[in-house]
Amino acid sequence: MADTVNAVRTAAASPAGPRSFRWNAGLILGLGMLAVVALVAIFAPIVLGGQASGLGGTPNLGSTPEHPLGTDTLGRDMLARTLVATRATVLMAAIATALSSITGIAIGIAIWLAPRRIRELGLRAIEFAVSYPTMLVAIIVAAILGQGVVQVVVAIAIANVAGFARLTANLAAKIATSEYVTTARLMGVPASRVAARHVLPNMAEPTLILIAGAFSGALVEISGLSFIGLGAQTPAFDWGTLLNDGLNKIVVNPIVIVGPAVALTFTSLAALLVGDGLAAAANPRSNSTQARLVRDKAAPTIERGDAVLVADGITVAHGASGATLVSDVSFTIGRGEVLGIVGESGSGKSLTASVVAKLLGEGLSASARRLELDGVDLLGPVPPRELASKIGLIYQDPGTSLNPAMVLGRQLSEVLTLRLRHSRRASRELLLSKFRQVMLSDPEGRLRQYPHQLSGGMKQRAMIASAMSTDPVLLIADEPTTALDVTVQREVLTVLGRMNEESGTAVLFISHDLGVVRALCDRVLVMKDGKIVERIDDMAGLSAESVSHPYTKQLLAATPVVTLPTAAPTARTEGES
Amino acid sequence: MTDLMLDVRGLDVTFGSTTVLHGVDVTLAKGRTVGVVGESGSGKSTLAKVLVGSVRPSAGHVDVDGVDLVNHEHTSMRRYRRRVQMIPQDPYSSLSPRRTIGQTLAEAINPIRSRVSDHRDLIASWLERVGLTPDMMHRYPHEFSGGQRQRIAIARGLIIDPDFVIADEITSALDVSVQAQILELLAEIKESLGITMMFISHNLAVVQRVSDEVLVLYQGRVVEAGPVEEIYANPQHWYTRRLLDADPGSPGFSLAG
Repeated sequence: MADTVNAVRTAAASPAGPRSFRWNAGLILGLGMLAVVALVAIFAPIVLGGQASGLGGTPNLGSTPEHPLGTDTLGRDMLARTLVATRATVLMAAIATALSSITGIAIGIAIWLAPRRIRELGLRAIEFAVSYPTMLVAIIVAAILGQGVVQVVVAIAIANVAGFARLTANLAAKIATSEYVTTARLMGVPASRVAARHVLPNMAEPTLILIAGAFSGALVEISGLSFIGLGAQTPAFDWGTLLNDGLNKIVVNPIVIVGPAVALTFTSLAALLVGDGLAAAANPRSNSTQARLVRDKAAPTIERGDAVLVADGITVAHGASGATLVSDVSFTIGRGEVLGIVGESGSGKSLTASVVAKLLGEGLSASARRLELDGVDLLGPVPPRELASKIGLIYQDPGTSLNPAMVLGRQLSEVLTLRLRHSRRASRELLLSKFRQVMLSDPEGRLRQYPHQLSGGMKQRAMIASAMSTDPVLLIADEPTTALDVTVQREVLTVLGRMNEESGTAVLFISHDLGVVRALCDRVLVMKDGKIVERIDDMAGLSAESVSHPYTKQLLAATPVVTLPTAAPTARTEGES
Repeated sequence: MTDLMLDVRGLDVTFGSTTVLHGVDVTLAKGRTVGVVGESGSGKSTLAKVLVGSVRPSAGHVDVDGVDLVNHEHTSMRRYRRRVQMIPQDPYSSLSPRRTIGQTLAEAINPIRSRVSDHRDLIASWLERVGLTPDMMHRYPHEFSGGQRQRIAIARGLIIDPDFVIADEITSALDVSVQAQILELLAEIKESLGITMMFISHNLAVVQRVSDEVLVLYQGRVVEAGPVEEIYANPQHWYTRRLLDADPGSPGFSLAG
C-alpha cells in the first residue's frame, strides 16, 4: 500500500532524502572506543616513547606489577610497546583505507558516467579483480614492491581498490540511471560535475559504512603483512611485528602476545561497531515499533446488522510523533456491495484499508470502537487462516507485488496451499477456474509463466484471480488501476465488476479518481486529511449539484473529461496544420 | 518552411531486431502544442527520446527547428540540447534528493558553475510563476508534495527559455486533483509564453486540455493525426475510438466492454 508507506514517511519527516540521524548504542560504543584508540595513538609515543624502545630492562619477564604484559627479548615493556605501536598501525591502516576508497570510488563512479562500451569493459575488469582474495593480492604486491611501511600501505590500498570499485559501481548504477542524473546530463552538465553534485552525495551513507568496514579489514591485513615480515622493519614496529616477535616466545612467555592481540581486536571491533552503527542509523526502519490495533473504550455507535464489514471509529496515529493520520472513520459494507473510498494521497484512504486487513505499517497505532468482518472481531486475535480466507487484496502495482522469480501458478496458489491447506492439485484447479473467470487467455499456460511474460493488465487480472481464489467475503482493491493505461483500466474494472456480480463478494475500492470510482461503486466515501468529508449514496445522480462538500466538488471538477465538440466535423485535412 | 518547429518524416527507430517506430510523420508549427497519445509500448516515449537526441533514428528525416537530428555533429548537440527541454514523468526521481530546489534550478541555468546567488532573481520569479514562493529555493525535494515537485520540474524545464518543450506523461504519477492544477498551470504558461510543446499521455482527456493537435500512436505507427476538435469529434481509426471510450470521463464509457 504505497499510501501507507508515504503517510508513515511524511509523519516521521524522513522520506527518501536526507533523514534525521538516529543514534544507537553500537555506534556510540564504537565511536567511544575509536576515541580511546585515537588518544592513545596521539599521546602514547610522546609519553611512553622512551620506555617502549629503551633497552636495559630484564628480558623475557612474565606479568609483574611493573610490567603487567611482560617484557620482550630485549627487556622492553610490552604494554608501552603495544600502546606506542598504535600510532603507526592505525595511521598505516587509515592511509591505506583512504587511498583505496578514493581510487575505488573514483573508478566506480567514472565507469557509470563513461560511454557504454567502456562501462561494460570496466565492470567486467572489476569483477575479474574482485575474484582474487584481497590478502593474496596484497602479499603479491608487497612482495613485488619489497619490504617497508610505504610498500605495505600501497599494497593494501591496491588490494582493496577492486572491492571499493565494485560496491560503488553498484551504488552508482542506480543513481546514474535515475531521472535526475539523466536530466542533468541532457542539460549539458559535464560528467565530472554530475559525479560531484549528484552521484557522490546520494551514495554518501552506504559509502561511509563501507569505509568503516574497510578500515577494520586494512588494520588486520597490515598487521598480517607485518606479521610475515613484509611491513615495519626494526627498529620501527607495529602490532603485526609485535605479534611476530611474541609468537617465538608463545610457549615460554605467552603474556607478551596479549598486548598486540587485544589492541588489534579492540580497534577493529571499534571500526566494525561504527560501521554497523552507521548502517543502522541510516536505515529508517531500524527504530520503528510494531503496529498496534486496540479496542477503543467508548461504546460502539454502529449496530452489527447483517453487514459484511462494520468499521466503527477507526483512528490511526503515528506512534512517535502522535500525529493523527485517520480520525474517527466509520462505515459499513453490505453483502455484495461495492464501496469506494476517494481522496488524494495522504488522505488516509489506504491506511483505513490497511487497518481492515490488519496490515498496518510499522510505527503506527490504530484503534476502533468496533471492527467486525463477517462476524469475526478483528480487534481481537484472529487466526491468520481465517483472515486469509475472508479478505482478498489487490494492490496498485502488479509489477512489484509479484515475485519475478516464481511462476504464477506456484506463487498465486500459495495462500491456498499454505494457509488453507488445500492440496497442490486442488489449489491449481481452483486458480485455473478463477483465471477463466477473469478472462485470462490460455489459463493453463499462464500457470507456468513468470510475471515478466505478462502485460500489466494481465498481471492485474491474475492478481484478482488469486485474491478471489479463497472466495473471500471482502475484496480490498487499493488503486488497482492507477498504474495502468486507460484501455487496460477499463478491462480490469470490468473484471472487478463481474467478479462482484457473479460471486457476491463485497468490494472496498480505493482510488484518487472519482471518474473511475463512479463507474464501479454503489456508494462512495470522500476522504480528506484523515476524515470522511462526504458520503455519496446515490451514484447515478452524481453531479456538481448533488454533492455538498467543496472538496468533493473540486474532485469532481478535476476528473479529466473528454468534451466532444457538437458541431459537425468538417472535411478532414491530412493531419497537418 | 521556417515556421515549422518539428518536421519529422518517415522516422524509423529499431532496437536490435525490434522496430519501435515505423514511418512516423509529425509536423508542428511554432507556438502550437501537439498531444501524443498511445498505450504503453506504443513508442511515444521513444519519439520523445529521438527529439531530445538521446536515441538515434534508424531511418527517416528528423528536423527540429532547423537542426537535422539524423546527420548531426557531436559538438552541435550540446547547444541543441539546451534549446529542447524534456520535463520528466516521475517527480519523485527527477529531483536530486541532496540538492536544494535553488541548486537544481541554478544547474539548469548554468550547468557548469551552477551558483544560486548568480541567478537568485530568475529562480525566484520562476518559482512564483509555477505557483510556489521564492523562499522555497532553500528547501530540499523531500519537503515538497508530488504536485509541488512537478511544478519545480516544469520550472527547471522552462527556466532556460527553450524553443521546444517535451512533457512526457508528467501528470500520470499524480492524483486527479493535482493533475488538474498542473494542467491548468501548463495551459497558463503556454498562453503567456507562447511555447511550442509536445505533450505525451495515455489519457485523451488530459491531452485535450492542453493540446492544439493530437497524434495517436499505436504499435509504433501514427494511426491518426490532426487538430484536436476534429479528432475528438470524428475519430476515424478504431483504436482512437477505443481510447475515447475507455476514458472514465468520456460519454461513451461503460464497464460492459
